[in-house]
Amino acid sequence: MADIEIEIDGKTLKATTDTMVIQVADEAGIYIPRFCYHKHLSVAANCRMCLVEVEKSGKPLPACATPCMPGMKVFTKSPKALAAQKAVMEFLLINHPLDCPICDQGGECELQDLTMGFGGPKSFFNEGKRSVKDKDIGPLIETEMTRCIQCTRCVRFGAEVAGMRELGATSRGEDMEIGTYVEHAMKSEVSGNVIDICPVGALTSKPFRFSARAWELEQRPTVSQHDCLGSNLYAHVRNGKVMRLVPRENMTINETWISDRDRFSYEGLYHTDRTTKPLIKKNGTWQEVTWQTAIEFTVSRVQQIIKIHGAEEIGALASPSSSLEEFYLLQKLMRGLGSSNVDHRLRQTDFSDDGSLPAYPSLGMTLAELAQKEAIFLIGSNIQKEQPSAGLRVRKAFLKGAKIMALNCYDYDFHFDLSEKQIVSPDEIVAALAGILKALSLNATVMMDDAVTAAIADVSVNEQHAAIAKQLQASQNAVVILGNMAMNHPEAALIRTLAAAIAKAAGAQYGLLTEGANAAGAWFAGAIPHRGVANASVLKPGLNAQSMLTKRLQAYFLLNVEPDLDCANPVVATEALATAEFVVSLSLFRNSVIDQHADVILPIAAFVEKSGTLVNSADEWQTFRGIALPHEESRPAWKVLRVLGNIFELDGFDYASSEEIHHELKLMAAKLAPIRAVSHPMTASQLKAPSTQSLYRIGAIPIYSGDSLVRRAKALQAAQPILEGIVASVRIHPATAAKLQLQEGEMVTVKQKQGQIRLPVRLDDKSSERGVYIAGGIIETSGLSELYGALELQK
Amino acid sequence: MQRLIQYIKTFSLWELLVGLKLTGRFLFAKKITVQFPEEKTPTSVRFRGIHAQRRYPNGEERCIACKLCEAVCPALAITIEAEPRMDGSRRTTLYEIDLFKCVYCGFCEEACPVDAIVLTGFHDYHFENRGENILTKEKLLAIGDKFEPQIAADRAVDAAYR
Repeated sequence: MADIEIEIDGKTLKATTDTMVIQVADEAGIYIPRFCYHKHLSVAANCRMCLVEVEKSGKPLPACATPCMPGMKVFTKSPKALAAQKAVMEFLLINHPLDCPICDQGGECELQDLTMGFGGPKSFFNEGKRSVKDKDIGPLIETEMTRCIQCTRCVRFGAEVAGMRELGATSRGEDMEIGTYVEHAMKSEVSGNVIDICPVGALTSKPFRFSARAWELEQRPTVSQHDCLGSNLYAHVRNGKVMRLVPRENMTINETWISDRDRFSYEGLYHTDRTTKPLIKKNGTWQEVTWQTAIEFTVSRVQQIIKIHGAEEIGALASPSSSLEEFYLLQKLMRGLGSSNVDHRLRQTDFSDDGSLPAYPSLGMTLAELAQKEAIFLIGSNIQKEQPSAGLRVRKAFLKGAKIMALNCYDYDFHFDLSEKQIVSPDEIVAALAGILKALSLNATVMMDDAVTAAIADVSVNEQHAAIAKQLQASQNAVVILGNMAMNHPEAALIRTLAAAIAKAAGAQYGLLTEGANAAGAWFAGAIPHRGVANASVLKPGLNAQSMLTKRLQAYFLLNVEPDLDCANPVVATEALATAEFVVSLSLFRNSVIDQHADVILPIAAFVEKSGTLVNSADEWQTFRGIALPHEESRPAWKVLRVLGNIFELDGFDYASSEEIHHELKLMAAKLAPIRAVSHPMTASQLKAPSTQSLYRIGAIPIYSGDSLVRRAKALQAAQPILEGIVASVRIHPATAAKLQLQEGEMVTVKQKQGQIRLPVRLDDKSSERGVYIAGGIIETSGLSELYGALELQK
Repeated sequence: MQRLIQYIKTFSLWELLVGLKLTGRFLFAKKITVQFPEEKTPTSVRFRGIHAQRRYPNGEERCIACKLCEAVCPALAITIEAEPRMDGSRRTTLYEIDLFKCVYCGFCEEACPVDAIVLTGFHDYHFENRGENILTKEKLLAIGDKFEPQIAADRAVDAAYR
């Protein structure tokens, strides 16, 4: 595109021939009014608000749809341009109701602002205004369609960004209406963005409805804590309380969009389950005590246990969404007490490749790079729901022509098309990956280690394996991504090894998308049993999350963990806590299992109430500050851990602020010796397809069940069945159901190694015939044990 | 000569008589003293006394919780909490005016798009207990119900200038 010069309002500006006048004006800080134009959406030019005068053009031209031409002279504030804008404004207001006082957009409304700036003093239109019936489009978005000015931003957002054409325009002219045609709730996981892009009050937030006015709110920056990318947010705070969350533009992470999970999770903050005061269990009942008493009691009990059983008998489990500072202090506390039993990988079950993994799990690239990939191979990943902002980038890559392939246990309905997909039962994933690796090795140019070649010697290759291998090899710029399912799989070590080998053989990049907001930070801060801070070696590796629970220790520290919902095996976790002598839980919310088995509950502050740092999957350190008041007597967890360290009389707990801890870690980060991933050994027998015919559970975590906060957000819980279907059910393939003579809706007993529950049957052909989808992370299925494991169904 | 006149005036108490002339005039003039509280002075239709919240003739409260009065109040005397009512309409759950903070400027009345909050002509009120200075929504509506005929009449007179 040729570089040219144009003149806007007398200023000479540089431009290219493929840019529109409005873009050049925006960059130069010259404001042109607009409604339908949005920098991340296609140009529609239907509102006509951005009319400007262009020299040698008889009529004013829309700045958003006028490409720059050499020597062009544009006047945005000439009498002709202003007259045109004023006329358009009057037309737009013909049908817009005058209900600003009851409109939630009032005070932050583009139409209101532009009427002030560009509108006329009175309307010449005396006829009746049209009214449009409101549509019910789900529990998250409130509609008031009479206010709509048909800019079609929401329609374009759905079609272009979200990848779901849910909203559309019906009829023409004055009868034009925006809606879903057949009334239904929006199913997109990023649907809330239409609230932000709607220039008027037609689409507003339902949970926020009428609760505050724009001018009462203070806008403070924060970072979302629901996925490993950490979308940037603004919290709107009134009187120390978070009233709503809106996106903060960050082109490297979330652009201008955020997922509904990030937007509406704040509703959980003031749920009645929130812990308010320190609690101690005395004679089986909970009693409110002071912080002093609770901490002294904890310290004396833990010291007692260390004296009797030894420090190895205490363990610490932390939520993977804790901040870097919390992880650091938790591991410092544990290691100071003499135990390396500290872990954050609550849902992981296979730890056998711990020694051979790199310094921390990472996607290995920025999201912008992800959007540039030509081929993306997803393994055990529901990227759209698990990491919505990464999902949007994959869709971007797809729109540019990238080939997206998936090896999954469940045929997720992605917002991009898959060029190749293989849906297998979870226990067949390893064999499928081996097949793909074998298919790659058949290409003479691929060099592989002898050990790998030997291991895959007998693996059979089917057509799909060959097709995936072919596309990966054909692309110069490919990536293999492992998702949550792959990381939580009982053979995760083999999956990681095979995926890395596939990436290497195909010349592709290899990336991990982890659970929780800060898994990379946890590895870095040493909240893993086998390595210390910044990869320091530890003398005696401690127990990982799984063995800590199966070995049944005497005392547990829990940091924002709900054992029945956050752990890989709720039954084992609950039993371990039940048999432990002492359990102290730093909790955000009351939980029935913790209520039953813990001895001390220390209330901790939620993410908007504390300061800290998150390390995202694209290796970015994002620091955030406390922007709301801690709820009642709760305190930031890093402060609680600091005081615990002080009372235990351990060295190095004299921090005045979380920034001090951050700086200490930053210095260590500079000295971080990169640990190269070494290949994890595998044998031919491990790669064989399973010969069993038993059913196998797919224990995926539904989108709004991932952490304690979203589980308590009312509107998100109402939206979950719309996005995911009924989650408390057994979803089986119709063929399997026919074999077992099960009908839709029938109650069935699900039996696993430990535990059994009764759930209704849903017929669902999206899994393989042996795969049974029973969601984890929800209270209804917390009676079952492994998320991924064999199960039996009985009538 | 001057001195002589001065002399006569001094001994005849002339200046006193001039003063008594004024007193005497008012002694027989029409009395304007009002026997408060039995009698009250007339007030302007624009008088800014105690606040009231009005209702529509069908009994529905006017206030729509737009919070413009809260925003415009220079003394920060108004506190409002709002949420959707059962029928989906925008209503206040809390509407309080602190009479200790209020400066009776009348901006709230001017800002109100639905004439819900008004300042009545009633000005002789007092409090006996701490906390009574807070006018709650119930109290405001009760005042409105009590003075509605007067409020409506005052607004009708002043309508041409608003």
